[in-house]
Amino acid sequence: MNAHDTKSLLILSPGLPKSREGEPAFAEPWQAEAFAMTVHLHERGVFSWSEWAEVLSQELYKPGRRADAADYYDCWVAALSRLITELSITSTANLEMLTRKWQHAAEATPHGKPIRMENASNL
Amino acid sequence: MQHDDDHHHDHDHDHEHDNRFSEMQARVRALETVLTQKGLIDPAAIDAIVETYETKIGPRNGVRVVAKAWTEPDFAEWLKRDATAAIASLGYTGRQGEHMRAVFNTSDTHNLIVCTLCSCYPWTVLGLPPVWYKAPPYRARAVIDPRGVLAEFGVTLPETMKIRVWDSTAELRYLVIPERPDGTEDLDAAQLADLVTRDAMIGTGLARLPEMAR
Repeated sequence: MNAHDTKSLLILSPGLPKSREGEPAFAEPWQAEAFAMTVHLHERGVFSWSEWAEVLSQELYKPGRRADAADYYDCWVAALSRLITELSITSTANLEMLTRKWQHAAEATPHGKPIRMENASNL
Repeated sequence: MQHDDDHHHDHDHDHEHDNRFSEMQARVRALETVLTQKGLIDPAAIDAIVETYETKIGPRNGVRVVAKAWTEPDFAEWLKRDATAAIASLGYTGRQGEHMRAVFNTSDTHNLIVCTLCSCYPWTVLGLPPVWYKAPPYRARAVIDPRGVLAEFGVTLPETMKIRVWDSTAELRYLVIPERPDGTEDLDAAQLADLVTRDAMIGTGLARLPEMAR
């Protein structure tokens, strides 16, 4: 499969923030990671682009969004989370549990050490 | 935390609880964990995709900060005193409320920034961190042998030049303000911005000379 085509397809995601050169623009690394995971899942055929675009649009048009659209990638992550739950890859409860566990792991990890999930148990 | 190249290590900061994931960082990690466990993603493939963008997302915000500091002495003073506020005045603020400190290169001191943990990088002004910044060799050697590391980046400094290594934390991130090159008195902020590279703002490079730009 040609990764390049897929990437250009994901770039068509509604409202995607782009640089002047037309590349996706990210304010923080987690946004690039969320984008990359979506590209990768799509490349592997886990979902089609139209399935993705629909779920993302629903998240983007929910009320209460920021006027400056700085929460674009918050919506992106919400859409990806929902899509993989709808596809029965995981459950909302499991994602919540893992999110809290990662927060605990970060807090339990001294500066300078890689943050690993196992560190959560050291709390 | 600051490391001078005379191996004086200043440990007067408490680093016990300075790691925090924002809600979104933790959510993205959770997704990555689930998808990796299910065999649907390969973390290396994700890194590879992210890296293709790393070089394309220029540290344009930081470049503006530096050019403004070079051309406006008042702004430079503010940046020295309170970099967080000075940088925020240009609209560049982190969502996690991290503090910024600008470290100025002078004729006798060169500054270099490092973080032993890959997440501590001033994203708001420098974009995504380069791969080498996150790699263990740079993280370890920048503190022990900054001169050697700089030489590998093609930066050879006079023996008399003092090198200060600044270790970023989750709460405090550094931005190097390189020295303004000689012979640039006639350039405006936009032209000066072309001389500022990402590496110059990390300290692994110097500002370019006007004849090297464009």
